[in-house]
Amino acid sequence: MNAQPPLVEVDALTMRFGGLTALDNLSLEVHEGEVLGLLGPNGSGKTTFFNVLTGIYKASAGTIRFNGRPITGLSPQEIYRSGVARTFQRSRLSLPLTVFDNIVIGNYQHLQHGLFFNVFRRAAFRAEYERALEQVRQLLAIFSPPLLERLFEPVGTFSMIDRRRIEVCRALMSSPRLLLLDEPSAGMTHDETHALMDDILEVRGKLPKLSVVLIEHEMNVIERITERCIVFSYGKKIADGTYAEITADPVVQTAYLGEAA
Amino acid sequence: MTTITSLAPGRRHGAALQIALAVGLTVYVWAFLYAQSQFQVGVLLVLAAVLVPLAKRLGVNRRIEAAALHNPRVGPWCALLGTLALIAAFYDTHYVLLMLCTVMLFTTACLGLTMQFGYVGVANFAGAAFFGIGSYTIAVLAAHTAIPHLLLIVLSGIVSAAIGSILILPVLRTRGHYAALVTIAFGILFRTFVEVNDVLGGPQGLRLPGISMFGFAFNDGLELFDHDVSFYVPYALLSLVICGAAFLLVKTLERSWIGLSMDVVRTDETAAATFGIHIARWKVVAFMLGNFLAGIAGSVYGMMTGFVAPDNFAFSDSLLLVSIVVLGGLGNPVGLVPAAFIVLVLPQKLQFIQEYRFLFYAVVVLAILLFRPDGLLPRTTRLFFGKGASR
Repeated sequence: MNAQPPLVEVDALTMRFGGLTALDNLSLEVHEGEVLGLLGPNGSGKTTFFNVLTGIYKASAGTIRFNGRPITGLSPQEIYRSGVARTFQRSRLSLPLTVFDNIVIGNYQHLQHGLFFNVFRRAAFRAEYERALEQVRQLLAIFSPPLLERLFEPVGTFSMIDRRRIEVCRALMSSPRLLLLDEPSAGMTHDETHALMDDILEVRGKLPKLSVVLIEHEMNVIERITERCIVFSYGKKIADGTYAEITADPVVQTAYLGEAA
Repeated sequence: MTTITSLAPGRRHGAALQIALAVGLTVYVWAFLYAQSQFQVGVLLVLAAVLVPLAKRLGVNRRIEAAALHNPRVGPWCALLGTLALIAAFYDTHYVLLMLCTVMLFTTACLGLTMQFGYVGVANFAGAAFFGIGSYTIAVLAAHTAIPHLLLIVLSGIVSAAIGSILILPVLRTRGHYAALVTIAFGILFRTFVEVNDVLGGPQGLRLPGISMFGFAFNDGLELFDHDVSFYVPYALLSLVICGAAFLLVKTLERSWIGLSMDVVRTDETAAATFGIHIARWKVVAFMLGNFLAGIAGSVYGMMTGFVAPDNFAFSDSLLLVSIVVLGGLGNPVGLVPAAFIVLVLPQKLQFIQEYRFLFYAVVVLAILLFRPDGLLPRTTRLFFGKGASR
């Protein structure tokens, strides 16, 4: 076990939508620098957990501490500024905007957004723009060099895998401490999934302190890149361990395949 | 500014193309405004209907677009000089100058609406009300105070934005069609309010004195080189300055982090919030700035026409503004100018076909949206500093 306090501590987190309990008394930890896989059947509360963690939903009960500080009840904007970035299951890029636009906005907290600065101090704005452009270029050079050629084309013209890459770059732009990936392989072919996993492992190699939480259904993806897995079922945590441990767990097998006859 | 000699041959060629286009457009608009008979107007319309698809087929459009990307400063200067040339050409024709002023001032108001609808995604169906607030504000203040008119124009914009701020709460709490309904309700409320308010002249409205600036009363008219110059000329020049400044503001905003943030708010509020963008903040900024521009345009328009009445600011007038914004190409300021010409000038020029002119006008608008569903000049992707800087 890690000697440091965990980066994320979730304690007795509950999320109710009317009569439906999407997250039920959930407790878990995410450590610095680890890649954690979240598994579970459809509707088991994985994406809901991301939405509560990033402040899109307000938890009904329980607490989340990030970096030792409670973040339950904070706005998505405040949680973003504390160092959490994410991608979405259904791509949430701004399709009419360019690759550059979509990625640079990930660093919103470090862009000056005063009216006076943006309108009247154009020379200073230009200097900031050039810096941001260089940053986006560097990120793409590591992550997906072919996208560099098409930096000023609208995202709507790109394939699914490129859009995922752009989303991951947008999330990485703010140098987050915690990266949440919601089903990065959704809607992609086998080869594309493979290529994206290579990219994610590459990021891991470059940013060893970054913690990654990954929701995924593809078991070979989980096996290849996660160090620890947590399995959800009906909003509860039913297993926590390495890939080998959880796949051997009879409780997990029951949750996925039903009761043995 | 870069001098012509330092430009690469390709860029110089592009600039020549842009200037040729500007001259051609200026001559065309001049001919259109000058045309008296139905035959002349008809010929010009047919000419446009032939030339525009032909230019597209020959690839002229793409070359002009490329040239505009490489020389982003040529276009605005051409537009400025072309408009000045038109004002000079019609220096003694009241009617044409009035139309030019109307186009420029409505374009200014539509620039505000573009920020609201095109950038941040709040459809404002009360544009005419905010235009009207500008007119009424200057009418009251010019009659009862001695504040210089230049200051009054700015003040009218501020009052328009301030009164608009009572709408902020309901607009922020609703989205899409529901936010649009809020603005429709406000537009109707405004009209009813001025209609029943005797202090503001009731249904008869108020008279306005005309602008005086730097010791010069616009309405007195003037004589230059033994020629009588229409009193609309100073209004046209003032409208040009205001419209040009509004263009500069809106284009600069678009090419800044603010424009980018607004675009992200419009396209995906959830993603925007996840990346720290304050959705309410940018909606408020766009809404207030947009109403400010509409108020300014309204104040000058009111002083120019010398008269404000509730009937000028009905829901149909708000629709007129929205239709200019959509017809021009949502989010593209440049598209507003041809759209404003089609919506405001074309029906005037078609008086000879009497009651059929609105039918014809409706057919033209439908045809444009059928063949160009994204408007006359669809918005292009953002390049913060032109093509040269992005490479």
